[in-house]
Parts: sequence; C-alpha cells; structure tokens
Amino acid sequence: MKRYSVFAIAREALRHHTGWEKAWASPAPRASYDVVIVGAGGHGLATAYYLGKNFGITNVAVIEKGWLGGGNTGRNTTIIRSNYLQDPSAALYEKARSLYETLSQELNYNIMFSPRGLLMLAQTHHEVRGYLRTVHANMLQGVTTEYIGPQRVKELVPIINIDGPRYPVLGALYQARGGTARHDAVAWGYARACSAMGMHIIQQCEVKGVRSEGGQVTGVETTKGFIGCKKLGIVVAGHSGQVAEMAGFRLPVEAVALQALVSEPIKPCMDVVVMANTVHGYMSQSDKGEMVIGGGTDGFNNYTQRGSFHHIEETLRALVETFPMISRLKMLRQWGGIVDMTGDRSPILSKTPLGNCFINCGWGTGGFKAIPGSGWAMAELMAKGEPGPLAAEFGMERFREGRFIDESVAAGVAH
Amino acid sequence: MTTRLASGGRLIDRSTAHEFTFNGKRMGGFAGDTLAAALLANDQMLVGRSFKYHRPRGVVAAGPEEPNALVNLGAGARLEPNQRATTTELFEGLEAGSQNHWPSLDFDIGILNNYAAKLLPAGFYYKTFIHPRAFWKHVFEPIVRQSAGLGKAPKDRDADRYEQAYAFADVLVVGGGIAGLQAALVAGQSGARVMLLEQTAHWGGRAPVDGVTVDGQSADEWVKNAVQALERMENVTLRLRCCGAGVYDHGYVLADERVADHTPGDGRPKHRLWRIRAGRIITATGAIERPLSFAGNDIPGVMLAAAVRDYVVNFAISPGDRTVVVTNNDDAYRTAIALHQAGLVVPVIVDARAQANGALPMQARALGIRVETGKAIAKVKGGKRVTGVALCAQAGEGAVLEEVACEAVAMSGGWSPVVHLWSHCGGKLTWDAANAHFRPDATRPPTTDDGSAMVIAAGAANGALLAGDCLADGHAAGLAAVGQAGAAAPEAIAADESPMAPVWIMPQGAAPALKAKMWLDYQNDVKVSDVQLAAREGYESVEHTKRYTTLGMATDQGKLSNINGLAVLAGALNTDIPQVGTTTFRPPYTPVTLGALAGEARGEIFQPLRKTPMHGWHEAQGAYFEPVGLWRRPYCFARAGESHAQAVEREVTNTRNALGLLDASTLGKIVVKGPDAGKFLDMLYTGVMSNLAVGKCRYGLMCSESGFLMDDGVVARIDANTFLVHTTTGGADRIHAHMEDWLQCEWWDWQVYTANVTEQYAQVAVVGPNARKLLEKLGGMDVSKDALPFMTWADGTLGGFRARVYRISFSGELSYEVAIPASEGLAFWQTCVAAGAEFGVMPYGTEALHVLRAEKGFIMIGDETDGTVIPQDLNLGWAISKKKADYLGKRGQERAFLASPDRWTLVGLETLDGSVIPDGAYAVTEGTNANGQRNTEGRVTSTYYSPTLKRGIAMGLVRHGASRMGETVEFPKVGGGSVKAKIVDQVFYDKDGARQNV
Repeated sequence: MKRYSVFAIAREALRHHTGWEKAWASPAPRASYDVVIVGAGGHGLATAYYLGKNFGITNVAVIEKGWLGGGNTGRNTTIIRSNYLQDPSAALYEKARSLYETLSQELNYNIMFSPRGLLMLAQTHHEVRGYLRTVHANMLQGVTTEYIGPQRVKELVPIINIDGPRYPVLGALYQARGGTARHDAVAWGYARACSAMGMHIIQQCEVKGVRSEGGQVTGVETTKGFIGCKKLGIVVAGHSGQVAEMAGFRLPVEAVALQALVSEPIKPCMDVVVMANTVHGYMSQSDKGEMVIGGGTDGFNNYTQRGSFHHIEETLRALVETFPMISRLKMLRQWGGIVDMTGDRSPILSKTPLGNCFINCGWGTGGFKAIPGSGWAMAELMAKGEPGPLAAEFGMERFREGRFIDESVAAGVAH
Repeated sequence: MTTRLASGGRLIDRSTAHEFTFNGKRMGGFAGDTLAAALLANDQMLVGRSFKYHRPRGVVAAGPEEPNALVNLGAGARLEPNQRATTTELFEGLEAGSQNHWPSLDFDIGILNNYAAKLLPAGFYYKTFIHPRAFWKHVFEPIVRQSAGLGKAPKDRDADRYEQAYAFADVLVVGGGIAGLQAALVAGQSGARVMLLEQTAHWGGRAPVDGVTVDGQSADEWVKNAVQALERMENVTLRLRCCGAGVYDHGYVLADERVADHTPGDGRPKHRLWRIRAGRIITATGAIERPLSFAGNDIPGVMLAAAVRDYVVNFAISPGDRTVVVTNNDDAYRTAIALHQAGLVVPVIVDARAQANGALPMQARALGIRVETGKAIAKVKGGKRVTGVALCAQAGEGAVLEEVACEAVAMSGGWSPVVHLWSHCGGKLTWDAANAHFRPDATRPPTTDDGSAMVIAAGAANGALLAGDCLADGHAAGLAAVGQAGAAAPEAIAADESPMAPVWIMPQGAAPALKAKMWLDYQNDVKVSDVQLAAREGYESVEHTKRYTTLGMATDQGKLSNINGLAVLAGALNTDIPQVGTTTFRPPYTPVTLGALAGEARGEIFQPLRKTPMHGWHEAQGAYFEPVGLWRRPYCFARAGESHAQAVEREVTNTRNALGLLDASTLGKIVVKGPDAGKFLDMLYTGVMSNLAVGKCRYGLMCSESGFLMDDGVVARIDANTFLVHTTTGGADRIHAHMEDWLQCEWWDWQVYTANVTEQYAQVAVVGPNARKLLEKLGGMDVSKDALPFMTWADGTLGGFRARVYRISFSGELSYEVAIPASEGLAFWQTCVAAGAEFGVMPYGTEALHVLRAEKGFIMIGDETDGTVIPQDLNLGWAISKKKADYLGKRGQERAFLASPDRWTLVGLETLDGSVIPDGAYAVTEGTNANGQRNTEGRVTSTYYSPTLKRGIAMGLVRHGASRMGETVEFPKVGGGSVKAKIVDQVFYDKDGARQNV
C-alpha cells in the first residue's frame, strides 16, 4: 500500500494523477477463508481490520451485497459521542470514540474526525435531572462530560434560541471531545487497510444461504458461488434478520427506516453538534457547509431506504424553533436508512446457536459512532470464540434473561 | 457584453421597469425578468465563484438546474442564501449579492486554489491533513470550512411566515408544458378531480420558445386557450409557481408554492407547502439539456444552448455579439436560428456528428450560418469571460484547426428527461440509446396498493423529446390516468430532427491536460479527470464515485451533469452506462425552504399548548411554569421577592400545616367500560381490579410486557361495568394508546371500551389538615371520615358545584381530590381560594408536590423509574397479585435478571451532614470493572431539601438495599469530593400515616 501524504500528491500531480493505485483490490472469491464476514459496512470492515491487526488473522473475506459502505455507514448523520448512561454502553462507545481520535493516522486515510463538541439540550426539569445523572455516571466510567448552563450553551452555539417560549434551554450535557467524522472515509479507510493486509473485499456478492453441518457453519452460498469458512460473522445491520434466518435462527430485532436530510451549504455558522431530545431534532454543520439534520424513524417496519415526509416536518419544526436562522435555508436532500432495532435499543454482539457463527447487529439509530469499538469487540469475540469485556454484556441471551441495557431511559432518543 | 435587445422578449413587460442591486451596484430590469435575465441585461455574466477552486462562474442555465448563479437574496431578516437567479422573479428593490468569494467577486483570494488545482484532485483531503493529529481540528478543518460553504449564514429570525395546505386529487399533473396541459385537459374532461402544477410563473414550457405549432395555432395561442379551458372546469385546480418536490408512498406528493417570493413583505405567506394525496400522478416535468465536456466549458459565457434561446426569445437578451454553437444534436440549431433572427452573429455551428443534414441544419445553412460537422471545441479561450474558441476534429486529440473569436458559447449535449418524481418512490429507468438518456421504464413504475402505476410519466419527461410526440404522450397519459381510451390528440408540429450522437468527451481523444479542464459539476469543481481518477482508484460504484468526487452533490443535485459523469465513469471502467446505473433520486426535486417544511409552528404555537381550566388563574398569579408533555404546569407560585426555592419551601410548609390547593387536572383520566373491563384491568395492572367494590379506589401499577414499571395511579370503580383509571400526567395519552393497542391487536374480542376524559374534568387536590374544613364550609355532601373514608370516592355537590370527590393522598396529609366538570373548574378553584382564606389556603406547584411525596417515600414515575425498574425493586410487591394467572409484565419479571436477589432496591438516604445529595449521583464501591469503570452499588433517584425535616432527604436504589439499613454509602460529586449517606427507611415523615387517616 502506497502511503498517502501531501508529498505523494505532489509527485502524482506531475503526471496528472495517473499513478495512484486502487484503494482496495476487487478480487474474485477464493474457495474458502478462515473468516468470512457478511457485510462490508463500517462494522464489518472494522471487524476484519481488528481481526488482522489485533489477532493476526488475515485470511479473511468481507462480502457485500452492494457497494462497500453503502448501507447505514454511508447514510447517517456522522455523530460521534460516548456520553451514554449505562456502563456497558459507555465502555463500548468510549472505546470507539477514543479509537476515532487516532484513526486517520492509524489508517493513513483522513477520516476527518472532528472533536468539535456535542451538546444534548435539557429543556425540561426532567431532562436536567437525566443529564445530571449521565454526568455522574460518565465521571465514574471515565467518559469526560459536563453539565453546562444556558449561557454557556449560547456561547458555544450562537445561533441557538435559548429563550423559546415553549421549551427554553435550561442547560445541556456537553461532551467536548464528541463530534463528527467523514462517514464514507471511515468505510474506505478500513477497506483500504484490510485490502493492504491481503484480505478480500468482495462487492456485488449477495449471500443467498448459510450452509452448516452439525451446528457449525461451513460456508455461505452467494451470487458469486459457495464460499467456505471456518468462522462466519454476520454484520448486516438492517438485514440481520434475513441473514440470521438463512443461518436458522431468529433475532430480537426489527427493521425500520430512519431518516435524515441536509440543507444547501452555507458559510460556517455552527461549530458543535446539538441534539434536542425534547423537541426531537439534532443538527450539525458539515465541513462542506450543509446543515446535517437527523429525523425520526417511521412507525412501521420496512426495507425501503427512503421514508415518509411526516417525520421530516416534525424534525424541522423542532429545529427551526431551536435555531430560527435556518428558516430560510433549503432542504437539499432527504433520505432514509434501514436500522435494526432491539428491544432495549442497545446492540447485539453475540455468539449464536451455530458454534462458529457470530453476529453483530442491533445498532439501531446509533451505529456509526461505534464502528471502531464495535469492530474491536467483534474481532475479539470472533478470534477467541468468547466475548471480551467490551462485548460481554451485549450477548443476545440478555433478552431471555431480562438483562437489558436500556439507554432510552436517559437520553430519550439515541443517535 | 451581454445586453438587452431593442425589441422582443415574450415574457418581459418593457413598460414596467424595476430597479435592483447586485453587490450594491444599481441595475435596471423589467417586470417579467428573472434575476438572471436582468443581470445579463446589465452585462453581469460573472455571478459567483465555484466551491473548491473559486473559479469565476457565469449563468449557465435558465431554470432550476442552474449550478452557478446562486445569490444571497435580500438582507437581514429576509436574507436567503443560495437563491437561484434563474428562477428568481425580479421585483422592485431586489437586493442580491454574489457568494463564496473574498474580498470581492472580481478579485477573490480563493482563486489561489485554482492555481493549486493539480494538487487538489478529487479526494485529496482523504490523503492529506493527516499529520500532525491536532492540526485537523485546529488548522485544516477551519480552513476547509471557511473556503467551503456557499451562501451567507442568515443571522436573524425569519421575517416571513409560511403556510401549509392539503389537497386531494384523482389526477395530479406536475408540469405545465404542452404535455402537462394536454394531460390535464384530457383528465379534466373526464370529470376527474385534477390538480395541475407548474414551477415557473408561466404556462407552456418550452414549446412557445421553440416555435411549435399546435392544431394550427402558435404554441402561445394554444397554451392560452388550454389554460382558459382548464380554468373553466370546476374540477380542475391550477397552481403556478408551484414545484412538485417529492413523491412518497401511497400517492402522497409534496409541492412548494412560492406565493410571495416576488412580492416580499406584502403580508402573504412566503411559501405554501402543499401536501397532496393523489390517485394518479402524471409527471410532465420536461427534460434538462446536458452540457458538453470540452476544455474550458466552465468559463463564464459558456451556456446551455436552450438557455441561450430562452434568454433571447423570452427576455430579449443578447449573450454577446458572436455566439458559437456547439452540439451533438439538431435541437441546438434552433438556438443558432433564434440568435440569427435576433440579428446576432453565429460565427459557426460546431457539430460533433459526422453529418448534419436534417431540416434544422439545412435551415441554418440556408440562413448563411457556417456549419462544421465532425468538429469539436478543443478549448475555450478566456478567463472571466469567453473571448473565443479553438476548434479541432472531434475524432482527434485536440490539435487546433482554427480559432474563432466569440463572446459566448451555446452548447448542447442532448437532453435528459426529468425523472426525479418518477424515481422518488421506486420507479425504474431504462437506457434509451437513441437519445443517450435514461427515461422512465413504463413496465416498472411506482405502484399503488392495487399494483397499478401510481406515477405516469408524460412528454419530454418520458423521453418524448419532439413536440409532436410530447403532446401525444401527454394526451395518452391523461387518458391512462383516468382509465379511458379516447379521442385523438391534437397535433403538434415542429421541425423534424435527425438523430443525435452521444458525445461524452470533446474531442474524444483528449489528452489528460485537457480533461483536467473539462468540467462536469460546475459548482463543486468536478472534472472529467476527477471521475477518471476515482475509477482508477477503485471507487467504481457510481455511489463511490459520487461521494469521492462530490459529483452531483452540489445544489443542483446533478441535474445538469450526472449523465455526463456516468458516461465518463462507464468509459473509464470499460462498461456500458446502464451497467453503471444512476445514483438515487431523492426528494426534493428542487430545494425547499425549511421554514415552509416547518410551517406555522413557531414560538407559542410551536406545539399545541394544553391548558387546564385554571391555567389563566395561574398565569395571573405569576406562576413559574414547567413543561410537562404539552401542558405547562405551575412549578411554584413565587411571590414578589421570593426565590423559587423559597416559594417551594413555603408551599410545602403551608400544605403540611394548613391548606394547599393543587391543580391536578392534568392527571390522566381514562374511562374503561364494558362487561370485560375488570378482566382487562386485571391484565393491565399488576394487582387485581375486578374485585374492587363500587365506590372504592385502589392504587395500581402498570408494567410493560418486559416487566418494567411504566405507570401508576388510582383506579376508581364507578359502577359494575365502569372504571375510571388515573394515570400520570405524562402517561395519559401513552397509556390510552397502550390500552387500545392491546384491545385492538390482541384482545379484540373483549367487550371493553376506553375513553380518555382527561380534559373533561378539572381536578383540584385539597390538601392539608384544614382540607375537610374547607369542603365542609362549601357544603353539599358528607366528607367525614366515616362517610368518605380513605381510598373511597363519592358523587355529590360542593358549594353548588357537581363534584366527584376522591379521598386519596399523594402528600401524606388529609387530602381530597375533587373532580369538577371542566367548564366549572375555574369557578370551583376560585371558590376554594376564597373560602379557604380563613384556613390559610395557598396554591402549590409541582415542585412542592414532589417534595411532599418524597418526604412520604412515595415513588414518582420517571424519578424512581426509568424503564429498567420493576415494582419489586421499589418495595411494591404488595401491589402485585400473587393469585392472578397472568398480567402484562409477569412473564418478563420471572426472567433471571429481574428475579435476581442482587437487584438494586429502593431505600431512603439520609446524608450524614444534612446536605442534599446531588441529583443523579451514584453510590460507589471499591475497585473497577473489567472495562476500567468504577464499580457502583446504587444511585439516587429523588433528592430534595425537606422543609418539613429541615435537612436533605433522598430515595435511591441500592444493591441489597432493604437488608442494609443503617449502613453508609458514598456518592462522589462532580468536581471532587463526595457525600455520605445512611441507608434508612424510605418514609421520612409520619411513618404510620396518622396524618392522612383522620
């Protein structure tokens, strides 16, 4: 892998950039691999990457129905935070956030992690108490957050209206090292690094069946033929239920469309990420200048990556009220992604009824921020066959035992 | 120079002049001008700077596909960034400014990026700015952000308002060109309810500009007659300036009507957002011309051929004395002919095709215009304005054959149907090789619930580019939409056109240096070389290419150049264009103002405000309110000079010692009625309700299916078949929906009806040692201990008011909750206030309510519960029936983790130093867990200063809490230090309940 740098660009500029090599190879699948990971989104690619980096397992194929990074990795609002309430969540998301801090350097690919600060507004007394609780929890979890008053909110976000007649801003939960990253780059950076380790990323390769013998997976039937494996990882987000069904087990997840939109680009006006859970909306400004806005989930299960208008309206009402200056901006594009929701709104990193098959799903509306941590923990689970401390609490047996990791209690909504 | 011609201009009214400013410079135009036309009339071709290289940008198009002519429109509270000059109607006093430059449009320091363009190819930022790590956030990113972005960020609150409207149509026709008009006519004549939308201020689309004749009339004449005929039909609604923005499931269409964009401040809403439910949707949205990719095709003065024609014919604009036309099709010859007819010079028509012998080329030649076939533009000369073109052979590599001086270039690479609305909801496309474009595949439309086509594409939007085909197609679409076969279409006649030839790179063998000057996306500065680089680096999926190069991500969303980009990508990958496919078409078709999407919900009416009958009284008393759901409840009634904390303390003390009044009207009240009502409530609550005697009340707990406590409240039995269920304020709607969910989805055969009557009653809690005295003074019913013991209710009158009195208490004091018909609530409240004066009555708010209940160890949903807590955790096992076979949550609570003896359970917490434990604090134990997090053994759930006990009191959940009475636990504080508390009984005050049982 040729290193990326400003010098490499200068060198290539002299020959009209004709000398750049492919960021990742597109090989034909081999007959079998030590590990096959289904799903070349951020989580699948990160799993492969840490299998190689942390465990030296590089005879790996990551197979993808469409194009890599084309699912929720490429269609989220790019928020990164770890101000979670429950211990297992805080550990996992903080691991991810801390890996994001150095990911550009590690991958030699600028994923543009921007720890610009993230605010969750408190607009009811109940919310104030909830965030005070989160601050106390985070303090003990090693996650740096603080509770700030409305004046400090205004200083950080000059465009905010803190005196709204209905829901004045009473304060906010502030994570200074939360922020955003370039979502596509995360997938591309991991893919390039995986490819450089000799792993195969096989796009346009849809899994049609999972073959198993005596409780062990032997491989997957795909549109590019049968691919054998010693271990199988299923990391397919919204379509987890379908692949699990092929493997012969059921998952406690449901698929819904989550929506997002962007405005036309304007000059910088907002440096931090703001989430307003009482009124249901969140917004940040991309480096391109677009206001990136998160919507809600449609109230019905479906697999269309679009969504209805009604949530967009609700979200924009909330945000125009919170940030009155955006009223004259325009919505450029709205889209949807299929998210897999669990009963406690926390992910599943788990063994399955098949001994050598593992699943990573259930990230719901908040998977992007977790990608490095998720891959790290999933790689450990797959390499060792047993979860490490990060994944330990996220096994799917927790639903049978009632050991929920319920985050909706504090933050209202997750992202 | 671009100038106004002495005559002509079918859309302008020369008798009405408008003055406007651009970058502070005064300019003049006419009514009917677009801002772009008026700018061109004032020789203002340079209108902005590109996103990445800050290259000079001129007007390219005449419609919403314009990528360059975006302006900051208006100022202050009416500043609107990124407004398209090509769709902005001129008005008197319009203020516009160009975007994305510093210090000025003419001299922009950002142009340095252009000179470094070789170092800034597609995706360069993924490869650089990696080291040192801190530099991205602190140095590189701020620079990138400052140079990116386009329009100015508004600073003020929007001065305008927006409204929303709903409409229903059997047939919705989007697009008011000849195809759309004909479709609407046909559908309208069938009697169907028809709605016809046109995004511009004029009907007719391209046909009048292109000199089409319909039914022997000029297009203008035919359009006028068609519109008049439609206006006469009562079943037809016509909307101009109304853009069909998005198509959603089930025929739901979003449309944005620009009501007062051209008359700002006239009092009308700026926009009206239409939400239309349509049986069938006809998309007669036309087609958009494609640029050609030749070196220097982004220099101001290079425009789309049809746009040049529009400016000449509609607005009498000369793009310059000499305009070179470059094309791969016959249509562009119309531009040459129009220019010629306006008295302007077309030095040469450069046609990339080997031959051009159709009617239009022959007509051009007959007019004496030089036509060069098989030729291409090697390079456009000029900087901020075109000065000439160098010609070469299309088949070659770009060797210059001759140079032609000119002021403008009119280019046409063919036409792409506007398929956006067709595609939004899943309509599929097919590649039309003859016209080199994607058009709707009629065999794979978006469908309605019966599987038939929900969307029907018509006219040019369906690939019927020629006027005759276009009109016939609109006619057929109208018939199809109403399910009729019908009369023949009128005939539209325009000059025949010979086939176009796809040309994706000009000349086809261009060297890399030329390709690096061929723009695809003018706004985002994506060039042919960038797309080829993306393909070279493995970003082969069209979505990867888009995201890596930002092709098609500009404000025009690829309307202008996406097909060109796809073709270049296909070429680089050695595959076919249909193999490459398109990126996804997403709503909206053209950007829609956020204010319009949000509607009128602002400020006080941001959300519906629910008010109790006494709300006005509370306001008059200067109550400090807090939002609780859609209600605002008094938090406290602070008096002059009193802090909120002091007010709460006074209210608590007065209620304990004398008499307090609480407006409890917001509490949920749901009537559950029917023969199976008792059975139903037995399933809903953990306790038994079916055996509750008429006249009695019982406290109950509701759990989710998973077993977690979700709501609590008092149930009263009204008669054999009727219960009144009280819920928490926040729970009323949720619990009602929860009930209906179970009744409608699971127990649909049970005879139970529910009604949420929360707002039908005002409810006043009369609380304190003097409570009975007040009610007795009001008189009318016996409220004595014997007649109305604790946990009973009775109907009667109080002071002449019809009242239902519940003897229940959430404060530990003698307490009655009096329900009054809502219409009499305020009068009753005022009566209580007046009559209670002698007993020391004072109203109290929600915070005093919280303190009073905390002193008594009563739980509060949302404080002691958070969705992870089961009743057993809260020592509420007594409220769970051991006898019942089942209730919602029972099975969940039997799961291992919920039945574990190690759960955190509710205790009282008394700080050793009398201080108040901070809200949200956790109790810690030694050591850390496997993830390095401090071990915890509990947390505080409610913590207050108790005015009654004069010390901090709290409740909390602590591991093995009940068995650890007297032990001390430690709560670290944010910012250092900790507070220690003793585990005590959760009831701090009047443990035996002596005060309420009197």
